[in-house]
Amino acid sequence: MARRVPRPRAIVTTVLAWTVGFVIFFPILWTVLTSFKTELEAFSTPPKFLLFKWTMENYAVVQERSDYFAHVWNSVVLSFGSVLLAMLIAVPAAWAMAFAPTERTRGTLLWMLSTKMMPPVGVLVPIYLIYRDLGLLDSRVGLIALLCLANLPIVVWMLFTYFKEIPKGVLEASRMDGIGTAREIMFVLAPMALPGIASTILLNVILAWNEAFWTLNLTTSKAAPLTAFIASYSSPEGLFWAKLSAASTLAIAPILVLGWLTQRQLVRGLTFGAVK
Amino acid sequence: MATQQTRALGRILVAPSVVLLFVWMIVPLALTIYFSTLRYNLLNPGVERFIGADNYIYFLSDPAFIGSLRNTLVLVGSVLAITVVLGMLIALLLDQEFVGRSVVRLLVIAPFFVMPTVSALVWKNLLMHPVSGIFAWMATSFGFTPIDWFAKVPMLAIILIVAWQWLPFATLILLTALQSLDNEQKEAAEMDDTGALPYLFYIVLPHLARPITVVILIQTIFLLTVFAEIFVTTGGGPGIQTTNIAFLIYAQALLQYDVGGASAGGIVAVVLANIVAFFLVRLVGKNLEA
Repeated sequence: MARRVPRPRAIVTTVLAWTVGFVIFFPILWTVLTSFKTELEAFSTPPKFLLFKWTMENYAVVQERSDYFAHVWNSVVLSFGSVLLAMLIAVPAAWAMAFAPTERTRGTLLWMLSTKMMPPVGVLVPIYLIYRDLGLLDSRVGLIALLCLANLPIVVWMLFTYFKEIPKGVLEASRMDGIGTAREIMFVLAPMALPGIASTILLNVILAWNEAFWTLNLTTSKAAPLTAFIASYSSPEGLFWAKLSAASTLAIAPILVLGWLTQRQLVRGLTFGAVK
Repeated sequence: MATQQTRALGRILVAPSVVLLFVWMIVPLALTIYFSTLRYNLLNPGVERFIGADNYIYFLSDPAFIGSLRNTLVLVGSVLAITVVLGMLIALLLDQEFVGRSVVRLLVIAPFFVMPTVSALVWKNLLMHPVSGIFAWMATSFGFTPIDWFAKVPMLAIILIVAWQWLPFATLILLTALQSLDNEQKEAAEMDDTGALPYLFYIVLPHLARPITVVILIQTIFLLTVFAEIFVTTGGGPGIQTTNIAFLIYAQALLQYDVGGASAGGIVAVVLANIVAFFLVRLVGKNLEA
């Protein structure tokens, strides 16, 4: 819908909007710029915006000193592992609730959502002790299970809101045409369900990637993902801003791209379908 | 409606999720309640004994509890106020036609994807550092004295960091809601030459009432348990100036090894969160019927 907007007003809007966008994005931009500076220039006053000697050195140092790739690998394993596990459990459940709802479905869904309201600190102590006794502290398996359970309600909910929108008439039509169950799933259901499944996976990978309560409290080194890797840079140790920036850029870049790709699904996913 | 057979199948398919979530919720919660009635310190194992409500009395009467409850409320309230008001203004702005709208949209939502530990450290060092941070440089260029954020106004610093992280969320949801506002309604308002303010108050705000409620409730759930931002910047200090309930319980459990006291605190946190959850579940529940 092109609304007729008077010209001066359009210019003001454009300038204002770009300014707002720039201000909000600035901390990220500044981090990326700083990551290409030498430590000396990272500290210089007045700050140098673009005219500095660009260097890749920090990235090499970060990898060497704190083994960035080991942490990335942990982040990948934890986020994808926990989400895929959650999908295995949630897809059948969401499918059943969307296609064969009973009088208890609504209550079940709301109850699942309510488990998400439990603050993690409320159960930190027993989880910590159980994990200690089972030898699951600082283990990937332990964290995958935990993150899977923490995200399960959101996964079920998102899948449910997507599956609910698949028209049931199509199913009936294909059944009348007499195609078998296997082919029905492969050629009729899967193509309609895949977009919803894909966006559920992506959004929950983002949530798991950035999860910073359990990962900080239950890992020390072996299973530590990027959240903990970055937290290890919090101790003051002199000139380290450029390296901190390089590490930060590496930690957020992959997920920022994923996030930008899924921005449309973000709203409905995070509001449990309350805002579309 | 479903046949007997599909109902049985449906139950089998739903069962794993329900059972797992039930165990995940009930076992730790029961243990927390149990621990909260014990004198139990990890540094002093083997002498656990039942002490009834003493942990609760101790936790609730600890001045640190009142302080951190106040801090939690200040943090949640301020971040909500900032994100909802600014989010609405930005959403109204981005709802206009302008050049490069989709790019600006990407810039605005970016902070939401930055992991909490990164945003906290970047703000603390690169932006808020009292000598070499960007804010200090801006202050001195305009002839002001730079603020030592984490020493002088630590809570404000935390609020700004958390608000920056959540502003995109509020903006994006309110923007989505705005875009679903009827174009016909917009055009009718334009033809009638409705002024900007009546348009805002009589058409836009009523339409946004529900999304704003959703934003407030969902953010509250997450903001009640802000942890990483405090963990990597102030460690709850100076004193207890930036200790919220979540951090207080963490400190009691994993720094002082007081399992009983931390468990009592955990139950208090669960009760607080459930008061909020009560409203959210009802709100989302209504949407299920629509």
